[in-house]
Amino acid sequence: MQIKETPKQYDVIIVGSGAGGGMATNILAKNGLKVALVEAGPFFDPKDPKTQTQLKWPWESPRRGASTNRAFGDFDMSYGDWKVDGEPYTTKEGTKFMWWRSRMLGGRTNHWGRISLRFGPIDFKHKDVDGLGDNWPIGYEDIKPYYDKLDKMIGVFGSKEGRYNDPDGFFLPPPKPRLHELYYIKGARKSGVPIIPNRLSILTKKLNNDRGVCFYCHQCNRSCSVYADFSSGSCLIFPAQQNGGQVDLYTNCMVRSVTTDAEGKATGVSYINKEDRKEYQLNAKVVVLGASACSSARILLNSKSAQHPNGLGNSSDVVGRYLHDSTGAGRTIFVPALMNRKMYNEDGTGGAHIYSPWWGDNKKLDFPRGYHIEISGGMSMPAYGFSYDVTEMNKYIGGELGGYGDKLRDDVQRFYGAIVGMAGRGEAIARYENRCEIDPNTVDQFGIPVLRFDYKWSDYERLQAKHMVATFDEIGQNMGGIPLGDVPGKDKDYGLLAPGQIIHEVGTTRMGDDPKTSVCNKYAQLHDCKNVFIVDAGPFVSQADKNCTWTILALSMRTSEYIVDQLKKQNL
Amino acid sequence: MDRRDTIKSLLLGSIAGGVGLSTVPGCKTDDKTPAISPEKVGLYGRNEAELAHDQKIFAETYLTEYELTTVAVLCDIILPKTEKFGSASDAKVADFIEFIVKDIPNHQLPIRGGLMWLDHESFSRFGKSFAEASGPDQIKIIDDIAYPDKENKKPEFAQGRSFFNLMRNLTVTGYFTSKIGIDALGYVGNRPNIWDGIPEDVLKRS
Ligand SMILES: Cc1cc2nc3c(=O)[nH]c(=O)nc-3n(C[C@H](O)[C@H](O)[C@H](O)COP(=O)(O)OP(=O)(O)OC[C@H]3O[C@@H](n4cnc5c(N)ncnc54)[C@H](O)[C@@H]3O)c2cc1C
Ligand code: SF4
Repeated sequence: MQIKETPKQYDVIIVGSGAGGGMATNILAKNGLKVALVEAGPFFDPKDPKTQTQLKWPWESPRRGASTNRAFGDFDMSYGDWKVDGEPYTTKEGTKFMWWRSRMLGGRTNHWGRISLRFGPIDFKHKDVDGLGDNWPIGYEDIKPYYDKLDKMIGVFGSKEGRYNDPDGFFLPPPKPRLHELYYIKGARKSGVPIIPNRLSILTKKLNNDRGVCFYCHQCNRSCSVYADFSSGSCLIFPAQQNGGQVDLYTNCMVRSVTTDAEGKATGVSYINKEDRKEYQLNAKVVVLGASACSSARILLNSKSAQHPNGLGNSSDVVGRYLHDSTGAGRTIFVPALMNRKMYNEDGTGGAHIYSPWWGDNKKLDFPRGYHIEISGGMSMPAYGFSYDVTEMNKYIGGELGGYGDKLRDDVQRFYGAIVGMAGRGEAIARYENRCEIDPNTVDQFGIPVLRFDYKWSDYERLQAKHMVATFDEIGQNMGGIPLGDVPGKDKDYGLLAPGQIIHEVGTTRMGDDPKTSVCNKYAQLHDCKNVFIVDAGPFVSQADKNCTWTILALSMRTSEYIVDQLKKQNL
Repeated sequence: MDRRDTIKSLLLGSIAGGVGLSTVPGCKTDDKTPAISPEKVGLYGRNEAELAHDQKIFAETYLTEYELTTVAVLCDIILPKTEKFGSASDAKVADFIEFIVKDIPNHQLPIRGGLMWLDHESFSRFGKSFAEASGPDQIKIIDDIAYPDKENKKPEFAQGRSFFNLMRNLTVTGYFTSKIGIDALGYVGNRPNIWDGIPEDVLKRS
């Protein structure tokens, strides 16, 4: 097949338009560079009424929002989920990995939970504390200025708490707790678990003229049509274009590989235009990969050449390795005190208004690292599955099971809003053996070799999950509640969810000072190819007990400023 | 944009968008118009593939008219009209069930087989199909299958109970995701709001 070359020369090609790629586009374009942003999915703008799902009612969907087409329901704003048509991935026998891909401008930032936590000083040097995993080559002080800029640029609500490993930032006012959250606060306090206002990138106050203010619809997962929550398109890419940045968007273009010259230096990328299914080549001085941790690893591994026989940036054989996701386990608690709710609008912002940061002392525990707790519940909008098996709830309060008519209506009403969910999101230990690699036998519909995952949890993670479930049950009981379902035993990994399921996969192109044990340096620049950078979660050395995206954004900003500087100095 | 402008533009948007929408129309049980018609499926933010999927599903038939008549009778036994709120038929729950069994094919066999179970039961007890049986006779059967049987006194109704469970779940979900049902529930969100914490009176009681 003939590969067509576009004559246009760019300063930088950015692959992927999610958190990492969006930030790089914004910073590089602001600095006057000519940018090509190549995105595998279609164009998407949260305010386009044609695609908008925000403020739709369940009955506007004939399936009432059921998950037939979108894994998290009709109204969730993600094109693509655990499956993408024509683009499979495989797993090694006896292992499991779930990989979420959003194929659209903005990637997963259109529907993510907006939980925007900084990593703390310990998180970058946790090996010093417990001897496990590795330290990052940078520390909190290196990234702090970027977190600060990020808070002011994008906006995040929260509160100053003075907790050492959950550093404060520049916060907008947080929303007050909802009723079930108040019950959680009481229950958690009794167990000595701290509770603080949540930290979400949602504008509870005006930030600038480009973005609206939150009007409390609880639907950030549908993507905010007034741009009051953070999405990469609305907050980074569109503003970069509007402020005179030279950004060419290549949507529906799937990057196959990074192209290199005889010296092994990157010359650009080769991509498939999904509309005509033909292959094209783009050229630039610098290539920035932000296709998400596993997709970027895939591109590198598929970029083999005489100079880079093991894949680009992979002389260490570390690309794809140290893959790790957050740990996760959850419990559902029925709280009789929350029955017979008075009806009022308690939608609030997307997500929870409070959370519990990690509080434990590992010296007294049988597992390393920690987790934070996310809370859900309340009188939320009904959707497919609403009040399924509702009459069963009577068994907890001595009421009659089954029935129909007025009795059934009463049950629906009484139990509405009386369920509280708790979910732990914790830190796994990054391991050399856990990886994604190229499946030697399988290609996708574009002929590109696909990823095969090989990931196993260890007892570190299992025992952490066991602790989560026990903690949630205790807090639930403190709330006068009843945990639903059996306590998951050893056979069920104590409730630990499958690797990948928490959708915080990181670590596949980790940074480090030693080119033999890491893929990129502390600026996320490939050791083996200095004009290629990675701005997604690939360079993470460890995940922390926080969600990863605020750190992806801060690191991407830092790397982008470094690129500008290095181009000025003609070092690339 | 400040919050007031935001809300203003939104309200305008939702009114403009709302005019063409078929919400839940009248209470004719024999009205064959689905709550959402195929021409209007695009209105909830579908992309092309999803639109095509919906159109394909709308064009298919699974439950027969005869079966749907029984479904409608059952739905109205499960959630009849009250003084204040419409019935399952008013909320077009049978249309929802007609759609959802095609969209989630796992429901097909349990519903089809369950309906036959019900007719068989009705024929053997009253010499009539379930839909044709008198109201009180219908209730006699329903009362045998609408409650759990902890002591296993009537194992012959076990299959009927599973079927009724599924019908109850689909009816409740279909009803409370309709406009009538959401009003009946009293859910007052999904609109611009200012959240300033738990209302005083609720706070006092907790
Ligand atoms: C439901 C959900 C809730 C979440 N909640 C939170 C949360 O509250 N807090 C948090 O910190 N994180 C959360 N996350 C995780 C968060 O979404 C990700 O960490 C973040 O979006 C990663 O950014 P990224 O730029 O690395 O990748 P993505 O956002 O995945 O973007 C990658 C982009 O690259 C494109 N791409 C991939 N391959 C190619 C290719 N070969 N060529 C061209 N383009 C390509 C994709 O189409 C995509 O648009 C959540 C995720 C999900 C799914
Ligand atoms: S909760 Fe606020 S930020 Fe989120 S989608 Fe609704 S209005 Fe936008």
